[in-house]
Amino acid sequence: MLTILFDGVAYGMLLFILACGLTVTLGLMNFINLAHGAFAMTGGYVTVVMMNRYGISFYWCLPAAFLITAILGLILERTLYQWLYRADHLDQVLFSIGIVFMAVAGADYFMGGQQQLINLPPELSGRMDVFGVGIGRYRLFTIVICAVLALALQLILSKTRFGSRLRAAVDDRRVAMGLGINVPVVFALTFAFGSGLAGLGGAMGAEILGLEPNFPLKFMIYFLIVVSVGGTSTVSGPFLAAMLLGVADVAGKYYVPAIGPFVIYALMIIMLILRPNGLFSRGAGR
Amino acid sequence: MSDLVLETRGLKRNFGAFVATNDVSLKVERGARHALIGPNGAGKTTLINLLTGVIPPSEGQVFLEGDDITSLASFKRVKRGLTRTFQINQLFNGFTPLETVTLAIAERNGIGHNLWSSIAGYGQIVEEAAELLARFGLASIMGERTVILPYGKQRLLEIALAFASKPRVLLLDEPAAGVPEDERHEVLSIVSDLPKDVTVLLIEHDMDLVFSFASRISVLVAGAVFAEGSVSEISADARVKAVYLGENA
Amino acid sequence: MSVLPQDIDMMASHSTAAAHSRADKLMKRRSRIRFYEVVIWLAAIAAYFLLPSKMLILTEIAILALFAVSLDLVLGFAGIVSLGHAAFFGLGAYIAGLVALHYVAEPVTGLVLAGLAAGIFGFLTSFLILRGSDLTRLMTTLGIGLMMAELANQMAWLTGGADGLSGFSLNPIFGLFEFDLFGKTGYVYCLVVLFIGTMIMRRIAFSPFGLSLKAIKSNPMRAGMIAVPARKRIVTIYTIAAAFAGIAGALLAQTTSFVSPDVLAFHRSADVLMVLTIGGTGYLYGGVFGAVLFTLVKDWLSVVTPQYWMFWIGLILVVLVLIGRERLTGWIGYLPERFSKKEDRR
Repeated sequence: MLTILFDGVAYGMLLFILACGLTVTLGLMNFINLAHGAFAMTGGYVTVVMMNRYGISFYWCLPAAFLITAILGLILERTLYQWLYRADHLDQVLFSIGIVFMAVAGADYFMGGQQQLINLPPELSGRMDVFGVGIGRYRLFTIVICAVLALALQLILSKTRFGSRLRAAVDDRRVAMGLGINVPVVFALTFAFGSGLAGLGGAMGAEILGLEPNFPLKFMIYFLIVVSVGGTSTVSGPFLAAMLLGVADVAGKYYVPAIGPFVIYALMIIMLILRPNGLFSRGAGR
Repeated sequence: MSDLVLETRGLKRNFGAFVATNDVSLKVERGARHALIGPNGAGKTTLINLLTGVIPPSEGQVFLEGDDITSLASFKRVKRGLTRTFQINQLFNGFTPLETVTLAIAERNGIGHNLWSSIAGYGQIVEEAAELLARFGLASIMGERTVILPYGKQRLLEIALAFASKPRVLLLDEPAAGVPEDERHEVLSIVSDLPKDVTVLLIEHDMDLVFSFASRISVLVAGAVFAEGSVSEISADARVKAVYLGENA
Repeated sequence: MSVLPQDIDMMASHSTAAAHSRADKLMKRRSRIRFYEVVIWLAAIAAYFLLPSKMLILTEIAILALFAVSLDLVLGFAGIVSLGHAAFFGLGAYIAGLVALHYVAEPVTGLVLAGLAAGIFGFLTSFLILRGSDLTRLMTTLGIGLMMAELANQMAWLTGGADGLSGFSLNPIFGLFEFDLFGKTGYVYCLVVLFIGTMIMRRIAFSPFGLSLKAIKSNPMRAGMIAVPARKRIVTIYTIAAAFAGIAGALLAQTTSFVSPDVLAFHRSADVLMVLTIGGTGYLYGGVFGAVLFTLVKDWLSVVTPQYWMFWIGLILVVLVLIGRERLTGWIGYLPERFSKKEDRR
């Protein structure tokens, strides 16, 4: 029981890191980016290539996955995404589906269609027994890293200058421009950072979530659930939503394997009907 | 006893901490030419939005001809004879004026749900639309797309569209704003030619216009009713003058 | 020169009469048959005689076209971006397959039942998309689509699960026209259903109801202010669109004698959105044009790069959006408007 809870938390933490970049693009910049999973997949493949082809340590792979994905995100934002911030939602949907299709086929072309495996360092593999609860070491590692990241994120957004600039740029683009905030740069950096986090999540999640070319499609709905259930006004909303989703999904797959995903989708729809602005949004919104 | 057509009781609306409408209790009599004035940001448009169901109130009620319509959707209020124009044109950009007005008349006649007959087959409705457009000087451009029309023409269409619903209570949110000088008079004469039993609530900044048109005036300041009375009472009210002069100074 | 009052009156009445007849003519012109409509149906018939070896792909086009035209009712008219339209398509396919397998092997019966089932499902789910923003609607439709796919996958005792539903064969249509090996009957069958479906949807498009939908899409607040009951209208059109999507799915099941779980897959919802986008939204024939183009391009790509055609489809989507949909589908405006010049002079 507790093991399931623990696994669920680890899974939820991962989902949060994967999806929190989307919270910003989708929630705050109002850009429906269905291709977020493609960035996560990129991070995963970066790790796989570095470890399996060049034998680089897993610990170096994680920051590399973050950086490379962030740079990719920055390039794509500057060349493509930025033109569509004001496009209508249908355009954004079509555009990002196009990116997903390209990413899926591209991954298949370069990496092949099979599941990718990574060999974790020995100190991270296996389980240990704490008070009778079986705890996967890698999952513990994941939880620690993700929790630190979530805290850091909360601090960056609420305490730093960049955080307040981002909030200003999102609240009212024109006023922010008037205050001398370079909105396009803020957006680009945010997008890159969000992509980087997705890449990091993808790298860490390769072991838990699996990694194959269909990754962006398979997990698209999960990211969207985190954002739409968590709302976008806080960091804690998506965090709690990711936790809930992680635990529910792991528990669902364990106890009721036949209808697990079905329950998740059904809950999401009910939630969307009852609270269209997110489960943890403040008040009724504007 | 007077015949109240439109009434609000303790109407309130907050946007976060900002109180846009504060405890407004308004009474509008049948056939009145009632003007709503007040400095910018006084909450006039918010009040109209509350009356027509564009936004729900935080507190209070709205009554139309004695019935509580507070939780009624906009389209149901229109069906009951309450409609409005918008301060900023709210039109169907891809439509032609003819299509726009025809649709409104079709909805008024309850055939909007008909999905099997061609709309062109309703000769009378199309004719009525043509007549209305002609009255507003829009006949010559009735087949153009709305979005390419000059602003003044769009403004006229905005008002014509409200007329198409044949309202018993008509709320006009600065109808003459943006109308070219020579057509301004036209618009207001059409409004004042309305049958006597049609009630008009008018928001307007031009005081000469207000004084010549209205029989009763409510002054809104900071979301609340600041003063109310006949034209002569309001024009003589020193406090009202102070509010306006204070704003201008 | 002085103008007498009665002259003005006469001028006025003359100009009202002129306005009447002009208005009448303009409204009638809206719904008249366009040149391209005639061309496309003639081309579809000609294809039957000219391309006897291409019946399967022609059938595929006809089915996709019906599916896309039904989506246009939702997207192009009511303005709802749906990522789960395949739910209705797939439901229709399974119903048609199950009906043929267990009850009646006559195709038209299955077609009607599939349309009914999808319509009922559409009606029930339409209430879920009434509230919220584009994003919540997107999520809800996507969620419904995924739920249906999951359901079909899990109810293997009924649907055959991942293996799909097979082992059914269909009797001749109305007991008269037998399905042949080359798919000729199948093509004619699909084409007739597509034609009837498009004509029905065309009537809806030019009705007061159709106009009110476009008003809801264009400016929902104003639509409410001219007494358009938006929710009711959206429920109605969503139901109708779902029924036609179900019929399209049924056609696929019947002409291939097979229902794969793929009928409910996400990419099918994405594909049909793309089809409609290529052809242009809001005038119904966009679905037909889009289906022709999409199927031909996809067919060509899957021959050139059998494994990676998805990449090129994705690239086309990205380019399409970046260049601007309006610009790309603007060509439709240059098609000859009039079917006959005579009409205009009248």
